Amino acid sequence: MQTITRDMLCDKAKSLLADGSVSRVLGWKRGEFSYDVTPAVFYSAEEIDKDFVYDAFCGANFSKYLVKETKKGDGKILVFMKPCDTYSFNQLLTEHRFDREKVYVIGISCDGMSDIRIIKDIAGDGVTGAERDGDNLIVHTLYDGDKIVPYADTLPERCVNCKSKKCAAFDEFIGEECEVTSSKRFEEVEKIEAMSEDERFAFWRGELSRCIRCNACRNVCPACTCEKCVFDNPASGVQNKAISDSFEEKMFHIIRAFHVAGRCTDCGECSRVCPERIPLHLLNRKFIYDIDRFYGDYAAGAEEGSRAPLVDYTQGDIEPSQAVEGGTFNA
Amino acid sequence: MQRIGVFVCWCGSNIAATVDVQAVSDALGKEPGVVFSTNYQYMCSQAGQDIIKEAVKEHNLTGIVVCSCSPRMHEATFRKTAASAGINPYMVEIANIREQCSWVHKDKATGTEKAIILGKAAIAKVQLNAPLTPGESPVTKRALVIGGGIAGIQTALDIADAGFEVDIVEKKPTIGGKMAQIDKTFPTLDCAACILTPKMVDVAQNDKIRIFSYSEVEAVSGFVGSFEAKIRRKARYVKEDICTGCGACTEKCPMKKVPNEFNLGMDNRTAIYIPFAQAVPKVATIDPNYCLMLKNGKCGLCSRVCTAGAIDYKQQDEIIEEKYGAIVAATGYNPISLDKFDEFAYNQSPDVITSLEFERLTNAAGPTAGIMLRPSDHEHPHTIVFVQCVGSRCDKCAEKGKEYCSKICCMYTAKHAMLTRDKYPDTEVYVFYIDVRTPGKSFDEFYRRAVEEYGVHYIKGMVGKIVPEGKKLKVQASDLFANKQLHIDADLVVLAAAIEPDKSARSIATMLTASMDTNDFFTEAHPKLRPVESPTAGVFLSGCCQGPKDIPETVAQASAAASKVIGLLSKDKLTGNPCVAHSDEMMCNGCSSCANVCAYGAITYVDKEFRMPDRTTAVRRVAQVNEAVCQGCGACTVACPSGAMDLKGFANKQIMAEVDAICR
Amino acid sequence: MPVNEYKPKIVAFCCNWCSYAGADLAGNNRLNYPAEVKIIRVPCSCRVNPMFILRAFQRGADGVILCGCHPGDCHYISGNYYTRRRMALLFSMLNYLGIEKERTRVEWVSAAEGAKFAETMNSFVAQVAALGENKRLEDLRCKQ
Repeated sequence: MQTITRDMLCDKAKSLLADGSVSRVLGWKRGEFSYDVTPAVFYSAEEIDKDFVYDAFCGANFSKYLVKETKKGDGKILVFMKPCDTYSFNQLLTEHRFDREKVYVIGISCDGMSDIRIIKDIAGDGVTGAERDGDNLIVHTLYDGDKIVPYADTLPERCVNCKSKKCAAFDEFIGEECEVTSSKRFEEVEKIEAMSEDERFAFWRGELSRCIRCNACRNVCPACTCEKCVFDNPASGVQNKAISDSFEEKMFHIIRAFHVAGRCTDCGECSRVCPERIPLHLLNRKFIYDIDRFYGDYAAGAEEGSRAPLVDYTQGDIEPSQAVEGGTFNA
Repeated sequence: MQRIGVFVCWCGSNIAATVDVQAVSDALGKEPGVVFSTNYQYMCSQAGQDIIKEAVKEHNLTGIVVCSCSPRMHEATFRKTAASAGINPYMVEIANIREQCSWVHKDKATGTEKAIILGKAAIAKVQLNAPLTPGESPVTKRALVIGGGIAGIQTALDIADAGFEVDIVEKKPTIGGKMAQIDKTFPTLDCAACILTPKMVDVAQNDKIRIFSYSEVEAVSGFVGSFEAKIRRKARYVKEDICTGCGACTEKCPMKKVPNEFNLGMDNRTAIYIPFAQAVPKVATIDPNYCLMLKNGKCGLCSRVCTAGAIDYKQQDEIIEEKYGAIVAATGYNPISLDKFDEFAYNQSPDVITSLEFERLTNAAGPTAGIMLRPSDHEHPHTIVFVQCVGSRCDKCAEKGKEYCSKICCMYTAKHAMLTRDKYPDTEVYVFYIDVRTPGKSFDEFYRRAVEEYGVHYIKGMVGKIVPEGKKLKVQASDLFANKQLHIDADLVVLAAAIEPDKSARSIATMLTASMDTNDFFTEAHPKLRPVESPTAGVFLSGCCQGPKDIPETVAQASAAASKVIGLLSKDKLTGNPCVAHSDEMMCNGCSSCANVCAYGAITYVDKEFRMPDRTTAVRRVAQVNEAVCQGCGACTVACPSGAMDLKGFANKQIMAEVDAICR
Repeated sequence: MPVNEYKPKIVAFCCNWCSYAGADLAGNNRLNYPAEVKIIRVPCSCRVNPMFILRAFQRGADGVILCGCHPGDCHYISGNYYTRRRMALLFSMLNYLGIEKERTRVEWVSAAEGAKFAETMNSFVAQVAALGENKRLEDLRCKQ
């Protein structure tokens, strides 16, 4: 696969800025550490030359930013999107969350983005940065100097089990166009389903009890773009409150997963940002798995304007009693 | 904080026997917000209602909880009481401590405990109630009747009589329906045409009624009081206002081999035709499937003989859009197809006919001019076998027929048998039946006359097989009383085919968002108390589209539907149900989830400008609910991810308060 | 009768047009079912937000049952079809989290099915009682 480089993106961005096609660029810039890459808006070639970053840590899904960014200023905003991001992009368009005309999308091919936490797991403490070198990642550490780690080993689960390398929407594409992959992502769900009821409960209690209710999952989620979240709304009756025990968190995550059911594109951002490394995507993926089994294959965001399974029905749908038995139905 | 009054009803001993009403009113009196609590023998009585009104005045109540029978019973009563006491009727909540407590539990301690919890849930809910005011919508003073059979005709005449405009849409070229095809009517044996055709003429001459014949309803939008319908007037290639119905064209038309549907295909008509002599409107229609001019562009004979110049081969379908306040479905019935009943040889022998075909054979205006001649060789039949319940009451043959009783067959078969024996005493007539059902005024007397005076052989038992052999139909049947097999050589067999709703009813029900049962009969809003109304407001039911019925019943129901329509159209404004969805614009994402699940199309979107927290403005797409269209189901409230959509009267917070109170 | 016999708390959401009427019919016919069942009236089964069900469990309910018109008979045309999808997914998710699947149920009860309503409640209460108290989905703070 042709590797996308910073220069390729910078050149493209600068030329589009120069000819007035776009008025600003949504890209990445460095945070405190080189692996703390954060989204940023660039207005000029100078800013791009100075701060624009593209490396193995540019995993953030930009689609959610478009809801707010497209409402600011005139002209179009340029955005770079990995294949998985484009699904969220389409889903937001389906939900009329922003104006397609205000965005210029450049799809970029992707072979996965590193997870700094996995790198730290491998390289130990004191990681100061890392650079990609072909199939390897050179990890700089404070105490042990540079370490060479196979790049593939540093990928998070969402990239290991990448669901699609095909961009679902773009105005222009850089790199090599690939296909929807036959990923093994549902095996993770099946593993949990294969457990006994007590084991499942123990597993999820173990995971969800770590939740500190920081709302990072909600804040990053491209399906959670509500003007006001129900958890922040006193009228909803479930608004945020101080945590007192693990069960409160479970409600939060069930409700959140249900709210994005049928709209979640399995982009995996929730798990990426969770400071407690709770595999939150496995909740959402369970819904996707069930939707596929019960109502036929459906990929949120694969097509703009598709009707989400929870706002649709057929007369012969599976009964809830059959659903909890995990019966394959209608498949 | 609300000031709540609690009123516990004994319902005589219905509640008081299993619930300690004093304990309930005492316990609920201690709930936060409750300033008054009492109990009384019959809360719904005038004296009981007076207690409520007194308490409202004396204690400045803002909310009322009545612990009594089901809200389906007396919610409306107590809402009226509240209104007359000067508080908003929607500040009343009912705790159902009769149907769902005292009547289903035997132990008094348990019943009392549950009644208190149900009361607490109602108090918790009423704490969060807000006064609601129903919206008003205008009423278009015109009715649409879909179907021009006797049901539609009677409904239209009655509505027009009350002074309102009515449009009848009939898909056939003439109104009249099935009744126009029938020869005589039971139990009086008067001629159907003699009583129907004057009504058809009345319709034609009534200046309040417009007939759209050869037309179909294509789309209906809107809601009670303000429906909008699109009606397709199919091209009949004859100018309806010019044609005099003289019939010169039908005489000259060279295409004479078109199966005549009015006589059920037992004879032929021409390509340009008038269905029958008394048709209304009496105008010709060209059948485009057979007309040589329309098919090949060669002929034009009818145009040449038409002195009025009514023929227009270039006529196009026309779409009419009209507004209506009420719609009546009168789409009628048809006999079922007998293709699956091979045992009766319906498709093998022309001498096995349906009862409706028999009507045409005995009708003086029918293919044999009323002389009883069998279809195959036009000979007079000497042995006729009538088979009842063909496809009706099929509990084990539901894939072929219907599970229900078609209701009319017993009587018309008795009529056919009697008429046959009356005209042709030399004919042997056998009727095979499961049961003879004659509940109706003078019905059983009628049936007994057939047996006793006319000597019709009624045999309890079913026909197993009919085999055409030579000129005879070999009928094998069982006689259940004699317990023996019968073999009859019949000349003619008449099958009492089950009746089913017209095929067009399903699509019309969809347009009207009216519900249907599994047999495609329209469902009534209440099987006993609202038998002529559909659950969809403003849609009414007339005739066999709601269920099998005979002519007197159809006419009675048609008039009943008309009176409901008149009641509706005589109002200037309708007050709606205030328990409708409401979207909080500040929270709405404009994502369309709610509109996707709304079965009534009550939700639309507008782009609205909002002031943002940073003092800029932004345009956002937000949902708006048409309160007159919303039925208040709440599907949208759950589809809405942000919780912007809520339901008045059943708000998220209210239901959660009930949950909390119950689980407390 | 044992004093401390365990009695489950059951919340039953019933749609106004079919199941609530079915419950009324059970009452009219004096068909017994356990008093642990407390009914909340909603206009349609599709009004029931998964949050209500979770809330009931959080506040100590041991079982939650949702009753609506039979599919195809919804007073609001299609409401119960949405209910069916929502609850199929929600219940499957609860099961996935290790919550006993016997604690939740959807049952279609028509206004004519008073007997079915009573039977359903009898069997559901017995089913939940057999599981014992709900501990897995409860908010412990709300327990005295």
